[in-house]
Amino acid sequence: MKQLLNHLRQPRTAALIRLLLAAAILLAVMIAGMACREQALATDFTRKNLAPCAEYLFGTDWMGRDMLTRTLSGLSLSIRIGVVTAAVSAVVALAAGVSAALLGRWADGALTWLIDLFMGIPHILLLVLISCACGRGFWGVTIGIVATHWMSLARLIRGEVMQLRQSGYVQVARKLGASPAAIAGRHILPGVLPQFFTGLVLLFPHAILHEASVTFLGFGLTSEQPAVGVILSESMQYLATGRWWLALLPGICLVAVVLLFELAGKSLAALWSVNAEQEAA
Amino acid sequence: MAKRMARMAVRQMIRMLLLIFCASLAAFVLLSLSPIDPLQQNVGQAAMGSMSAEQIERLQAYWGVDTPPLERFAAWVSGMLQGDFGVSLLYRQPVLTVIGAKLANSLWLLVLAWVISGLLGFGLGVLAGATQGRWPDKLIRGWSMIIASTPAFWVALLLLMIFGVWLKLLPVGLSVPIGLEATAVTLADRLRHAILPALALSITGTASVCLHTRQKTIQALESDFVLFARARGESGKGILLRHVLRHVLLPAITLQFASLGELLGSSVLVEEVFSYPGLGQATVTAGLGGDLPLLLGITVICSAMVFGANFAADCLYGLVDPRIRKGAGRT
Repeated sequence: MKQLLNHLRQPRTAALIRLLLAAAILLAVMIAGMACREQALATDFTRKNLAPCAEYLFGTDWMGRDMLTRTLSGLSLSIRIGVVTAAVSAVVALAAGVSAALLGRWADGALTWLIDLFMGIPHILLLVLISCACGRGFWGVTIGIVATHWMSLARLIRGEVMQLRQSGYVQVARKLGASPAAIAGRHILPGVLPQFFTGLVLLFPHAILHEASVTFLGFGLTSEQPAVGVILSESMQYLATGRWWLALLPGICLVAVVLLFELAGKSLAALWSVNAEQEAA
Repeated sequence: MAKRMARMAVRQMIRMLLLIFCASLAAFVLLSLSPIDPLQQNVGQAAMGSMSAEQIERLQAYWGVDTPPLERFAAWVSGMLQGDFGVSLLYRQPVLTVIGAKLANSLWLLVLAWVISGLLGFGLGVLAGATQGRWPDKLIRGWSMIIASTPAFWVALLLLMIFGVWLKLLPVGLSVPIGLEATAVTLADRLRHAILPALALSITGTASVCLHTRQKTIQALESDFVLFARARGESGKGILLRHVLRHVLLPAITLQFASLGELLGSSVLVEEVFSYPGLGQATVTAGLGGDLPLLLGITVICSAMVFGANFAADCLYGLVDPRIRKGAGRT
């Protein structure tokens, strides 16, 4: 028993447990939200404007919709959009970073220029512009978030690849006559994968926050969707009349989900860096 | 030496102008791709049904629906080069007038929030770094993590709920009291209306500067020069003030300059919550209403501000840090 406790206290095991716990909770929220989508949309005017109570933990809104199920399905939607956009944007970052570092000075200059350009327009403004271009709605947010989140990870991966390119084993491979594609695929890509996955998970929180923000402004998901941004922007009209629960509880849940993703990303980073040290030793 | 620095500044300047041009081009392309019909959006289906074909044609000309995109962009660029950003379609005033008025309102918030979040974030970061692993550090780190995970608009909503609705201490929105003539508005009124939005922006702005400064402080405290200072018998406080602070200040300033884009983004959200008539709110109005000239103007101004801030940070870094000055001289 004591041995087990000691084992659990080791940083690596603790990080793994944190990671699995965060992932499990997020998965549960996602599935629960998908399961109660029907209830989230159901209106019942006999129970409208109820403050949080035993039956309706999060209260109900002016159309008698249960805020708990609405929040859950909104979070579920956020998580799914977050996962998709973060994944696509991380892949874009990987492709851009690797090709900038391997295709020579011209490609590198072009990428640096593009990163500077994307960084120069404030994210929210760029999201608004892209959302307009796509006619708002689901695709507007999704494309917008993918387009605004790849830059810093691309920069990171580019730096990493630049370093790996100088390393001994890559030099040897080149002298042995391996083709550039083979070097990139077999020797460099595996080296940046830890960075890639950690960066991917750490992109989730940003993606989710930006999705909620853009939806809140009215450029994202449409108001028929039970999205967190929609819930919070609707709640604004009822704050002055003292219906605090409409904004407070869904907001806290959103922050909790984002924190869980952050935790998962940090744990993953911790796991990997410890790994790297052990390999070096 | 000075000549080289000047040449570098000029090159940076040209790069910046090119980037701003590309940003406006990108914004234009995105907006002309938009399938949203500005007529439907602003006039409405019902009103359009009751209009004659001639009226609709006039409106279409007004909103520029029938002019080819390339022609419009060329006209816009040639106007802009002469200092004419066009006329806002929604506000029916020159774009520069609209942006000027809105920016004057926003500037209050932006400057206040920029300074407060910078000072607060820096102070907390140094404190956390100096007490690494103990409770102040844990507290500050936890707080920063939570703030970094909280959307700006929700912070604004919370403040509005607490101070505006619940305690009734501060006004819930707008930049001046309702029903007062512009001349009757006092400075105190404006400040009172700016407190909550500025506070919301300051709170959301502290997290990144604080975490960054904490990291740098820890690095500096582990360095050889601090070890040497300790060996000479300097006190902990003296080390922090004389050795660590100078090292940490520069990266923090750079980061604070670089975070201007983030601040502008948050201001859009916060101004929307407080119905504060600033640049952020104008962005949302222009975006929802399809006001192309205004949105283009805002893009140009915002990216000019962001690039300008980065440029200022670069210059500052070069001026203050002798190592970089030498490095710049060599290339």
